[in-house]
Amino acid sequence: MTSPAPSGTEPSGTAAGAGAPAHTGSQGTRVLGSVTAAGLVMLSLFALVFSPAEADQGDAVRLMYIHVPTAVVAFLAFFVTAAGSALWLWKKSRWWDLVAASSAEIGVIFTALTLVTGMVWGRPIWGVYWTWDARLTSTALLLLLFLGYLAIRRVPAEPDVRNRRAAFAGLIAVVDVPIVHYSVNWWNSLHQEPTITRLDPSIDGLMLFTLMLGIVVFLLLYLWLLVHRFRLAWLEEQLASSDLAAALVERRAEADEATISAPPAPSSAAKASGTIAEASR
Amino acid sequence: MSHGGYVLAGYAASAVAIGAYALRVLGRGRALSRRVPPKDRRWT
Repeated sequence: MTSPAPSGTEPSGTAAGAGAPAHTGSQGTRVLGSVTAAGLVMLSLFALVFSPAEADQGDAVRLMYIHVPTAVVAFLAFFVTAAGSALWLWKKSRWWDLVAASSAEIGVIFTALTLVTGMVWGRPIWGVYWTWDARLTSTALLLLLFLGYLAIRRVPAEPDVRNRRAAFAGLIAVVDVPIVHYSVNWWNSLHQEPTITRLDPSIDGLMLFTLMLGIVVFLLLYLWLLVHRFRLAWLEEQLASSDLAAALVERRAEADEATISAPPAPSSAAKASGTIAEASR
Repeated sequence: MSHGGYVLAGYAASAVAIGAYALRVLGRGRALSRRVPPKDRRWT
């Protein structure tokens, strides 16, 4: 399911010709997708079976193995969006704009999942699904900011104008990422402080291994999704520009047809002689 | 398993959301690829 079909399955009688697959997959994504799928199976086994329950939280701690990786991927995705935005402003390369847009969409999915898994984890541990805590609120704000980024990309405008607006929005929105990360240090928070970014992580053994495995597997998943989403965005751009070119040709043909079918306008000499004839009566 | 329902809900929500998104991207990519000439999608 995670790997696209091989190129030999493309339909006949379409624009898809020999040599290019009628999908967004390639040899590289097939390998990456297979490794990621195997990693997800391995992660499920370690997270749900092999790793121990925690002394205070019990089995609810197993939610950490997806909650933390989804947050890491979301942060990375938004940093990639910011980098792509900056590079678009610098180089004006369509490639970087599409990287930024693709990464933002994936980041939004993973931020939403971070919130959902955090809420599901918070209910048995804190007793509530949601509280207006600094970490939770700044994460919700991050989701809204990048939803705004995606909305800006959908506002009809010239491509350069749209890309510039989106690039500035991406660079502004990413400022919230360090705020989310440090919110537990800057404000009183229900949320626990960072455990794995410290030099002496307070989590150890099999739990630390499972968490690291989760982060690596989710990073591979992000990369696989990014490649496919980027290629999809590339296809959308190609179709949009070819549709525009076709519409222009059609309008020009209509204009030419209207010129040919219209009755010829009277010449200036004919108009002048008509005026003289009127005057002589 | 203590809190088994919450654990299951968290994993199921993640699997469904990521799976649905991946399928949507792959499906749309497949549909659009048929309309774009091969020279404009050289990623084999």
